[in-house]
Amino acid sequence: MASIKKHKSAEMGLHDEVLTGRTQQVFFNPEEGENFFYHDSYKVDFNKRTEIDANNIECIDINRKINELMAKGYGTIVIKNPGSKHSIGVGILNKLNLIIEGSLGYFGIGSVDGPVVRISGRVGWSCAENMMAGKVVVEKNAGSCFGAAIRGGDLICKGSVGARSGIDMKGGTIIVGGDAGAFTGFMMQRGRIVILGDVGPNLGDSLYDGTIFVGGSIKSLGADAVEAELTDLDIAWLKRKMKVAEIEKKIDYKKITKIVSGKKLWNYDNLEPTERKGAI
Amino acid sequence: MCGIAGIIHKGKSTNVGGEMQKMLQSLKHRGPDSTGFALYGHGESNNYILRFKVGENVKEGSSAVMEDESIYQERIEQVNKKISTSGATLHKEEQITPYSYRYVISYDGDLLDLAKQIESVEMTEILSLGKSLELIKDIGDASVVADQYDLGDFAGTHGIGHTRMATESGVDIRSAHPYWAYPFSDVSVVHNGQLTNYWNNRRALEKKGMRFMSTCDSELIAVYLADKIRNEIELEEAMRGSLDDLDGVFTYLVATKDKLGMAKDHMAAKPMVLYESDDLVALASEEVAIRTVLPQEIDTYDPYEGEVKVWQA
Repeated sequence: MASIKKHKSAEMGLHDEVLTGRTQQVFFNPEEGENFFYHDSYKVDFNKRTEIDANNIECIDINRKINELMAKGYGTIVIKNPGSKHSIGVGILNKLNLIIEGSLGYFGIGSVDGPVVRISGRVGWSCAENMMAGKVVVEKNAGSCFGAAIRGGDLICKGSVGARSGIDMKGGTIIVGGDAGAFTGFMMQRGRIVILGDVGPNLGDSLYDGTIFVGGSIKSLGADAVEAELTDLDIAWLKRKMKVAEIEKKIDYKKITKIVSGKKLWNYDNLEPTERKGAI
Repeated sequence: MCGIAGIIHKGKSTNVGGEMQKMLQSLKHRGPDSTGFALYGHGESNNYILRFKVGENVKEGSSAVMEDESIYQERIEQVNKKISTSGATLHKEEQITPYSYRYVISYDGDLLDLAKQIESVEMTEILSLGKSLELIKDIGDASVVADQYDLGDFAGTHGIGHTRMATESGVDIRSAHPYWAYPFSDVSVVHNGQLTNYWNNRRALEKKGMRFMSTCDSELIAVYLADKIRNEIELEEAMRGSLDDLDGVFTYLVATKDKLGMAKDHMAAKPMVLYESDDLVALASEEVAIRTVLPQEIDTYDPYEGEVKVWQA
């Protein structure tokens, strides 16, 4: 492993432990691939494939089984009969092809770092919450809080999503093929959200930073969310991402609306509260 | 957090009691304190089915005041007398538990008068009074309540139910859901959420003569809808009005003798998953409940903020 460069946080004694999560040591040289692992991660072979029948198994045992199979080197795991159970696939900090044949309940694929996950059905609330890296593709619809607080990776729903998608999002990309509910991008701090359909009220409410692209209609903008000019660079990025998202529908990119933060909320200025009210 | 569920079969009768039991049992983790069912069956030859209780379940975990069971007999005699003096005829009498009863009565008068008479007996509460609705609620999970009240084979077209996690009121039957929209026959409500303008609305409704049996905020929805129906407002319109008049975060289900409806507040802060086909509609706080009656892969979705939907049996 490469030596950790002196960094202000290291000088402050915050790096006595060796933290190797890819988003924790951003001052590492990203070319040094050996840093991108967790101490307890496994070497897996994507050609080594197996199945788990989730029928009559509790989610904690399903997740334990996934871990055991990765330890044995399985790089492709298929979950059959997930039955909309909650918390399946949580905490996978490894490269893995995870295929879910069916639907998930709440908190599916939460707090993951690295896997590529394909879900043939629907997901409940808070799918992929806190995802650090990887790719999650949902073929049908998703519940509320889709991609809450994700830090990285690509989270794709080919159907429609509920309210508060991307709430507290801190990085990464969320792409929705259909419509989205109220408060999409609520308190978003970084990253990008793309909604190809219509969006409900209060889009981007209290948005700190990040960008939201909407292909359809917007019912209303939230506090401090403003429309911005769509650039050629944005369109190029969107085209690239649609390929990643495997979304093949025809899109009129020039009609996409771009929403960003107006940066008039409390942490962007030193206005007094009364002045701030006037500014907003 | 509470769990709610409902199912309606379009033009068909099934074992709706067993279906609701399975759905509610799978939501036990959302609310283990009490479980309630509002089931819509085939009735009793156009007579009224009266479900009521003359006391509370005081088993471990209950917050109800302990009473000697002998008092129940005195109360039931008074109830029988009130039914008789109100001009109603009692056709069938079943005691389900020491404190709960199912009666079949015929009555031509004003239901409000009859209900007032019966509830004038101390600790007596009508759970439902209708020609197809049977409302059952008690302490315990869905299996406990369904076994106790023999609901596993209940045949009907639709039903709604609730698993309760007690937060703002006690663990007792009076605070359990569903609520009957007193005094309208065959109307029931279950709710998941919190209403923040409960007392303002309650005081206004009490001034209009509406009755509350508990301090559970969910009862407000039933009373609110009852007041609207009393003023000849259509169910769907009343439900739409509730989204503006009731503050808070909520999703609720309402059922009548031939309809089932759902409403979700403007913030969409409480969950609801919905499956609809040509034959039936099933909806619940979590998809896992729907999968207990439809285990195959199905297409479901979350209704959006401010949505109101009503389906016909």
